[in-house]
Parts: sequence; structure tokens; C-alpha cells
Amino acid sequence: MPANRFNGHSDYGIGIGLRVPHYSHILSKKPVVDWFEIISENFMVEGGRPLELLDRILEQYRVVQHGVSMYFGSADKPDRAHLRRLKNLVKRTKTPWLSDHLCWGSVDGTYTHDLLPMPYTFAAARRTAEKIRQTRDFLEVPICVENVSSYAEFHASEMTEWEFLSEVVELADCGILLDVNNIYVSSKNHGFDPNDYINNVPHHRVGQMHVAGHTKFEKYILDTHDHPVLDPVWKLYARATELCGVSATLLEWDDKIPSFDEVHNEALKANEFIAGAKKAVV
Amino acid sequence: MKRPPKHAPARIASTSDLRLFQRMMATAVTRPMTAGDGLQSRWIDGRAMASVASEFVKPNDRLSSFERLELYNQMYWFRLFNAIQDDCPGLRAALGERAFMRLARAYLARCPSRSFTLRDLCSRLAGFIRENPRFTAPRTALAVEIARFEWAQTVAFDEGSRPVLDAEGLAGTPPARLRLGLQPYLTLLDLRHPIDTFVISVKRREVMRSEASNTPDSSAAARRAARRPALPRPSRTFVAVHRHNNRLFYKRLNPAAFRILEALRGGGTLSRAIAAAGPGVRPAQVRAWFTTWMALGWFCARGNKGRAAA
Repeated sequence: MPANRFNGHSDYGIGIGLRVPHYSHILSKKPVVDWFEIISENFMVEGGRPLELLDRILEQYRVVQHGVSMYFGSADKPDRAHLRRLKNLVKRTKTPWLSDHLCWGSVDGTYTHDLLPMPYTFAAARRTAEKIRQTRDFLEVPICVENVSSYAEFHASEMTEWEFLSEVVELADCGILLDVNNIYVSSKNHGFDPNDYINNVPHHRVGQMHVAGHTKFEKYILDTHDHPVLDPVWKLYARATELCGVSATLLEWDDKIPSFDEVHNEALKANEFIAGAKKAVV
Repeated sequence: MKRPPKHAPARIASTSDLRLFQRMMATAVTRPMTAGDGLQSRWIDGRAMASVASEFVKPNDRLSSFERLELYNQMYWFRLFNAIQDDCPGLRAALGERAFMRLARAYLARCPSRSFTLRDLCSRLAGFIRENPRFTAPRTALAVEIARFEWAQTVAFDEGSRPVLDAEGLAGTPPARLRLGLQPYLTLLDLRHPIDTFVISVKRREVMRSEASNTPDSSAAARRAARRPALPRPSRTFVAVHRHNNRLFYKRLNPAAFRILEALRGGGTLSRAIAAAGPGVRPAQVRAWFTTWMALGWFCARGNKGRAAA
């Protein structure tokens, strides 16, 4: 599904995250990049250098907004002031779709600044879907929700994570940002087969994919975004591409960030797997 | 955050259940860590935390419920510690690592984030230090000033701006009726110490440290960089923290100039503000100050108070 209603019928190719250590390289060398993903919250400010920089990037590049604080899964009502700020940014970037996480992170107005896992219940799915719909209607832009990495599961859950994701996106009629690294990390932390996850989500709703590196510890894996993508994650990416079609793909590299070229080249490795997946489909 | 329920709901069948579950989990995640950076062994009501965690978090074959919850507790605190360290290099240098971390733990426990963005994390820090001097004694006055200064930098970096008033825009109104606004990103600070030069020296030291770590024969450079910058001696200092062409600047102000700007920010007319400068200030000097401030784009229409420094 290269272009579908969940990614604004766009066909964006392979992008990377816009990160501070690369600003000067990007502005001076103007490298060819399909698109940049920005963290919305970094630009939800009133003025100053962040917005000046964003405007310079927008003159040259396509930008997609990715959020970390909508907390669709929080029981709290959506914050109207927050949505207004986000909408101002949507108008500025003209993002064809907007993504945020299938998680929660705040309660009673106190923020953890984390992407906390949901209890996978039908009531939680209904509440989450309701908030996604409200957000989409307010922002007037398609929304894709991203599966998170997690380190805990809850007794209250009534279904698997992929069933919960499917339930939410069907109820909200929204898209999926399928993070194959997060699937891999969670599969190791919780002991499920990552292919079960990928095989059982609604493939036609995938509007974007994420790949990233992670770190293995003795008893768990952490989603650290500070390494190249590991082979098992690329394999999952290839499988997901076979099932979902070639989607806009983004490499996340957020810590111990190497040179721009190293990050971009790592992202472009996705092309090999896209070609392989296309052959497999033929 | 409201008090969590005694027990996490066994079933989550409604939004209310979800809220109770989230209060329980968020309370566990945000609870202060032990001295060894672990999850506290007792819950807020004195029960064993391992037992409370097992009520709602599943264990797996490698980690207990307690250990899985502890991962989130640690990630929460380490993320916030990183953010406060990034935002407060001057305060950290002035207090030393151990005292700074003690302050950070206490501040973040008492004033958890109420904003979607970590940018606002230190907005209440100066007030907290003032109200809780035991964390910074005997340097509390200095610590308050550094915290105000470092928050002013955040404001100067990305706070909004309003259309600049130029001379033409001011011409039609007599000074006795004219009220000027100041840009929201501009913070005026009346300090008992030269915090601006201290913060500059801390930043220089950070650059030196970074360069020293990249130098093969770095022993002398490393020693110089590791030296703690001298704490500022008391000296009344008036400074404006602002931005120009989207770059951060500190501008020292003459005391009379500071009084004029304070009076304008307080809503006084131009005549009253100039009178606030006090006797002995020459009109030519006042004109020169206004010329500079207008060139810097500090004046705007009123209606904003800007974000007050804490």
C-alpha cells in the first residue's frame, strides 16, 4: 500500500529523523533525502530558532510530523490547547499524515514523558479509538498510530497486543505506523513470535513503517535507537513489506548519533529489502 | 496526580477503570528511587512493593513483576535527570554533582511535570529552591539566581515574539499616555551576583572538556577543563536575557535603564518609566538607551506580560 488514505495518498520513500547534530550539514550541503520526520513537540513552540530552522527545512524538503505526547491511550480528555498548538504546526508543515503512539503517559495532567504500554482491554480500545477520532477530526489530517516497545504486560489484558492494535485502528478507522523494531523488542521481552504480530494486523491500514536499532541486556531488550538496525529487524521489515506493500519507511536514530551520511546510508539499506520483498511477491 | 486506588482494578471495563489503573501505574513509575537507583521496596501504604506490583504487572520467565515495574521507574527518573542536567549546567557547576542531584530528586518529586514538553521542566525550579533552602544551603541565594537565569535562557530561546513597534508607530501618542510592551522572550533580572559571566565560564568549560576529550595528549587540557569555575562574588548586576536574530544574548543594563524597562513591563506610561530612572540621568543617555532597545526589537504593543521568571 504505497499510497493510501492513511498516509494522505502520498508515496514518500525512505526518510530519516531530523536531528540537531545534522542541522548544519543539511542546511549547508542540502543532501538529497526523500523526507524528514520531525518530532512535533520540538517545534510546538511560540518562536525563536526552532521555527526558523523548520521553515528553512520546509523550503527544501518534505516533512512528516511524528508525536510523542498525544497519549491516545490516557484516560484523560484530549487537551484542547495542545491540539490547537499541534494544528498550527500541521498547517505550517503541511504534513500529509501525522503519527503518534498507541500508549499512555499522563494522568490527571501529570506527565511521565514515557510511552507506557496499555492494558489490552476492549474498554481501553474504545476510549483510545474515541480520542484518535477526536484528534483527527480536529486536526483534519490522517493519523497513523505506532505500536510501542514494552517491558511489562498486565494481568488485566484481554487480548494480545496485535489484537488490541487491530481493534483500535478498526474502531478509529485510522492508519498504522508499523514499527518493526518495536515488534521485535516486545516479542523478545514478552516471548511471542513477531511473525504472529505482523501476520495478524490489518495490512491495508499500514501507512508508514519504522526501523531502528536496539540494545540487548541479559534479561531484556531496550529500544535505544542508538545502533544500526539488526538483521532480525530487517528480516521482519522485509516480511512486513511483502504483506503490506512498500510503505514510507523511516530509520530512527536518536542517541549516539553518527554522521548524517552514516544515518542516511543505514536508512537506504531498506531498499535492498524492498527489492527482495517485491521479488517475493512476484 | 490524585491518590491511586488501594488495588489496581482487576478488570478494566470502563474509562474510570482505566483511569484508576493509570493512577496506580503512574504513581509507581514516578515514585522516587532508592539511594541505589531502584524501585522502593514499600508501596505508599507500607505494603511490600513486590506484592503490589504482582497484582497488576505480569512476571515473565526472566523478570519479576517488581523488576519489570522497576525498569519503567528507572527510565522515568533517568530521563528527567538528563533533561534537568541539560537545562541547568550553571546550577550543577555551582552546587557540585552530589548536591545538584539531591536538589533534582527533591524538585522532581515535589514538582512533577505538568507540561507535554520537557522544555518546561525547570519553570518552577527557582521557586522550589527559594522555598526549600536546605537543598542548596549555604548557597541558596546564588542558586535561586542561577535557576532564574537558566530558565530565562529557555524563554529567550523559543518564547513567542510580537510585532516590533518602530518610531513611526510611537509618534502619535504623547509620552504621558504611551505604554509600551516588552517582547515575551525578554527577561529582566536584578541579580546579586554576576550570573551571566559565571554561566559563560561554565559553558566555556563544557566546550573545553569536549575538546580535551578529543585530544590525544589531553592531560593539561583535561585538568584545566575539569577545574570547577570559581563561584561569582556578590556584585549587583542588572541583565536582560533576550534573543536577536534568533541567537541568545545577555545584555548588561545600567541600573537606571533597568528601572525604566521594569516600569514599562509593569504597565507604566513612558513618562512614568523615564521618571523611574531617577535623578541625574541625562536625557541624551535615555535617548541612547531607547535607540538601542528599539534596534534590538524589544518594544511591542502591550497586551503581553511575557513569562515571568520564577
